Amino acid sequence: MDLLGLLGLDVLLKGTNALRLLGGLWVAVRVSLISVAFSIVGGLLFGIFMTWKNPLAKVISRLYLEVVRIMPQLVLLFIVFFGGTRALGLNIDAELSAIIVFSFWGIGEMGDLVRGALESIPKHQYEAAEALGLNRAQMYRHVVIPLAVRRLIPMSINLVTRMIKTTSLIMMIGVVEVMKVGQQIIEANRMTSPNAVFGIYGIILLLYFVACWPISKLGEHLERKWAA
Amino acid sequence: MAEGELHIEHLHKAYGDHVVLDDINLVVEPGEVVVVIGPSGCGKSTLLRCINGLEEIQGGQILLDGDVVDGSSKDIASLRAKLGMVFQSYELFPHKTVLENVTLAPTVVQKRPKDEVEAEAIALLERVGLADRAKDFPRQLSGGQKQRVALARALAMKPEILLLDEITAALDPEMVHEVLDVILSLAREGKTMIIVTHEMSFARAVADRIIFIDEGAIVEEAAPADFFDNPTTERAQKFLRTFEYEK
Ligand SMILES: Nc1ncnc2c1ncn2[C@@H]1O[C@H](COP(=O)(O)OP(=O)(O)O)[C@@H](O)[C@H]1O
Ligand SMILES: [Mg+2]
Repeated sequence: MDLLGLLGLDVLLKGTNALRLLGGLWVAVRVSLISVAFSIVGGLLFGIFMTWKNPLAKVISRLYLEVVRIMPQLVLLFIVFFGGTRALGLNIDAELSAIIVFSFWGIGEMGDLVRGALESIPKHQYEAAEALGLNRAQMYRHVVIPLAVRRLIPMSINLVTRMIKTTSLIMMIGVVEVMKVGQQIIEANRMTSPNAVFGIYGIILLLYFVACWPISKLGEHLERKWAA
Repeated sequence: MAEGELHIEHLHKAYGDHVVLDDINLVVEPGEVVVVIGPSGCGKSTLLRCINGLEEIQGGQILLDGDVVDGSSKDIASLRAKLGMVFQSYELFPHKTVLENVTLAPTVVQKRPKDEVEAEAIALLERVGLADRAKDFPRQLSGGQKQRVALARALAMKPEILLLDEITAALDPEMVHEVLDVILSLAREGKTMIIVTHEMSFARAVADRIIFIDEGAIVEEAAPADFFDNPTTERAQKFLRTFEYEK
């Protein structure tokens, strides 16, 4: 057995395996990107909603957040994918189910981050702006939002990388993404490349790392730059 | 009514059942420096916050140049532009440079041209001795420097009245003087000010009139020499004794 075989990397050179693995990563990244986009927009709105003093708004946001926090993502995936298709007779494909579940999760978590960022701005900062004669819109535009975004970005980048990593779960409902492709390659080559299990999972680890590392570096950079 | 004339009539302020200010009557003439003193919790900050429309009031009224100060009205922003307020904890905007802190309100609220505002801001920073720090961020400054920037920021709006709430209380002793010197020079120029402070020698030097508040009411009102040398009320005498030491 040569070195590649020993490391279980020989399977990558067979046929289109390497391309298939990259294609799988692309599915994972696509699901993440779309869900992250929904989560940021929805999370901003939900976060502002969460700061409302209205008791009904408080109950609704509390409930939503609890569901997001308590239910494992995998359970949510099964509920939407199998429940949605079987019980409700809707035709939701696996990728759409994944996007729905990740957005549902992301909006809740992102909303809580937005709420935290808004509430972390000291009351006196609002008053200083008001005392200078700024009206509400001017105050949000020049003081509240810039401060909130600075606090928000490092934490939300952390959330985004968590979302990308969690996409590995969606192979469970049959979305063909990087984990699933990896498994298929390992299965197909069990006889000829017994070490493929190490090589393929090693490569997948690397692929997730490549997808998440620049994002978390960016987060660290912004955190340093804006450290108050 | 003249510019910068403040009338407080029968002001009543309560949080629920807790009465904080009870029937406060006070007229501040343009060019006058009024120093408000009194024990902690007596309502001094609340009084300044009411004047600036930051608190809802439960009775009486506050008039600036004849206009009612009402924090919930649409015109409050233009009234507030006539009132400069400086807080104990400076409250500079941490994401803006020193210069941007000073120019923000004149450009955004008064919509004045940027180059004109900047030139004025630099002049104000020079006046408080900080022109060379214009490009720095607040976190790079000492407490005394931050408070001088906060003063420059308030002055940039050309307010008719300055409200200063214990602006040296959070400072290390050696920085108190640099801030109070700026206030003294403003007083000499005839700036109208309402100053809350615990610095008694400064109060005596800067004030035209001392207002002594205790438990939400004005208990004594006098020229500084009279107040400090011959306080007439028992409560004022007791309060002033807390600043003296005997062995
Ligand atoms: N937001 C608030 N809610 C309830 N009570 C308050 C609030 N702000 C101030 N008070 C009360 O009002 C009183 C006067 O406070 P304050 O004006 O800050 O006093 P001072 O500035 O003279 O120390 C205190 O008894 C304080 O507990
Ligand atoms: Mg106070």
